[in-house]
Amino acid sequence: MKILVCISKAPDTTTKILFKDNDSVFNEDGVTFIINPYDEWYALVRALELKETLGGTVTVLHVGLASSDTEIRKALAIGADDAVRIDAEPNDASFVAKEIAEFAKDKSFDLILVGKETISFNGATVGGQIAGSLDLPFISLATKLDIESNNAIVEHDIDGGIEVLECEMPLVISCSKGMAEARIPNMRGIMAARTKPLLVLPSFGSQRLTNTIKYSLNPGRTTCKFIDAENAQQLIELLHNEAKVI
Amino acid sequence: MAAKTDVYQHPDYYLLDELLTDEHKLIRDTARAWVKKEVSPIVEEACQKAEFPKQWIKGLAEIGAFGPYIPTEYGGAGLDQISYGLIMQELERGDSGLRSTASVQSSLVMYPIYSFGSEEQRKKYLPKLASGEWMGCFGLTEPDHGSNPAGMLTNIKDKGDHYLLNGAKMWISNSPFADVAVVWAKDEEGVIRGIIVERGMEGFSTPETHGKWSLRASATGELVFDNVKVPKENLLPNIKGLKGPLSCLNSARFGIAWGAMGAAMDCYDSALRYSKERIQFGRPIGGFQLTQKKLAEMITEITKGQLMVWRLGVLKNENRATPAQISMAKRNSVHTALTIAREARQIHGGMGITGEYPIMRHMMNLESVVTYEGTHDIHLLITGYDVTGISAFE
Repeated sequence: MKILVCISKAPDTTTKILFKDNDSVFNEDGVTFIINPYDEWYALVRALELKETLGGTVTVLHVGLASSDTEIRKALAIGADDAVRIDAEPNDASFVAKEIAEFAKDKSFDLILVGKETISFNGATVGGQIAGSLDLPFISLATKLDIESNNAIVEHDIDGGIEVLECEMPLVISCSKGMAEARIPNMRGIMAARTKPLLVLPSFGSQRLTNTIKYSLNPGRTTCKFIDAENAQQLIELLHNEAKVI
Repeated sequence: MAAKTDVYQHPDYYLLDELLTDEHKLIRDTARAWVKKEVSPIVEEACQKAEFPKQWIKGLAEIGAFGPYIPTEYGGAGLDQISYGLIMQELERGDSGLRSTASVQSSLVMYPIYSFGSEEQRKKYLPKLASGEWMGCFGLTEPDHGSNPAGMLTNIKDKGDHYLLNGAKMWISNSPFADVAVVWAKDEEGVIRGIIVERGMEGFSTPETHGKWSLRASATGELVFDNVKVPKENLLPNIKGLKGPLSCLNSARFGIAWGAMGAAMDCYDSALRYSKERIQFGRPIGGFQLTQKKLAEMITEITKGQLMVWRLGVLKNENRATPAQISMAKRNSVHTALTIAREARQIHGGMGITGEYPIMRHMMNLESVVTYEGTHDIHLLITGYDVTGISAFE
């Protein structure tokens, strides 16, 4: 079984978020990056578990610049067999998905796994767009994945419950919490990662469809307003006129 | 006691991460992740019960904490000295007793077998020690000979086909469960020799030391040798004299210098967080000048200590770190950590004495660390000797 796991990187969750260039670019100075947790903890680890029981290979793919090699090496240390980095700025989801699809289209992967979203930009579209580009089935928000003969048996979250799906491989799956338990790399893995192949490819020149104009932070949390339990009318007025939620 | 989520964030005021390689950071972060997952949730309870959680041994082996700088052909990880230091830092951030267990295995057992052992000894012991299948301990200190190990009474006598070992060692980390002990004893000419003693040899016992108020999550005991017949092939062939044990201690002290900074950073991190959460007089106590003075001095000393151990690591990688330089760093780091633990305890107020926070545990642990592997005062005299050329203790 050949599995491709697409990994992105994200600022560590304790990062202080700042922007530069008229608030159009995230300021990476002094920021510690991690592998996007949905990609690492669920997609990658489940891929490794499947490889360990069924055999095969796990390739990790990242679209990004050389500064991402640290995160890629960690994925190799956790257990991926080899890695590919497409050397391009990953600032547009359509572009990233097209680049991955271009790479994957003639590689006969049985499974392409992505995390359900990135924790940085909350993007959740790359998986679906890869599937669209490759004309493959796509299952999102998967919490359980097993393989039976040539079919993937996938549980995924739906509104108020769980749906169990069966789908012939190949397919693209976006992975959510519950699919696997995060792994800590061991020393043998870290040492092995030194010599595992990391192939760097130039961009396929896919089109970028979006351009970020501006970022802004959420307004800070404001103080609580306490309303007397007897005064429900005032609460309703505030929710309607001030919070504008009803 | 409810297990709390470990929310530690390591202070890096001078952006010293930029001095580390990506592999260093991966190794450190791996050790940190393991400590957060496997150690922090149970360490307080282990200390309260005075138990060493045996399940840590497998994890320590997997993160490379046993013999990280021993070559891979003997089961080690083949890493550099900064990697070793970083692993020790993260372990002691969890608990000094945990770090002690790893220090002993790496620097006091695997190091002498690798450095002074025969090829047969290396192949027999090192892979099993690296994997944690066997645990080791180190016998140098005696009841009446601590800072002055040259006065040791433990001795070996050549009986033709074996050595006869007699004597007693005390304050031995890992002794109650160790499978092998690297023991230093005088031969008939009064020359200090190293010999490997295995559990099960007749006349060899390892009574546990109870009632400790420090390093409670680590097992400590004695080594008692009552006419123990040790095979001749167990003698470390390539070392004679006090230089043998002292070079082991050099390696261990280097790890302690890094480790104690881990304990210091944990105390600071906890105190900083607590000072922002604890409200008195209508504001966080971190807003008061006396709390800020404590925190500012803590981070200043931590930053100085971090720079010192990093530089020492570079020198050690280049094989240029002198024993006196290592003494200075061990003394400074432990003193820094103890001072910070005491100040952090004050910031935590009454909560600082409970197991809800790691402060009191670190503080009590560090009272051992400031004494073992060369006391605070002896290391000062080593620096004094080094700069004046005049020994104050001989």
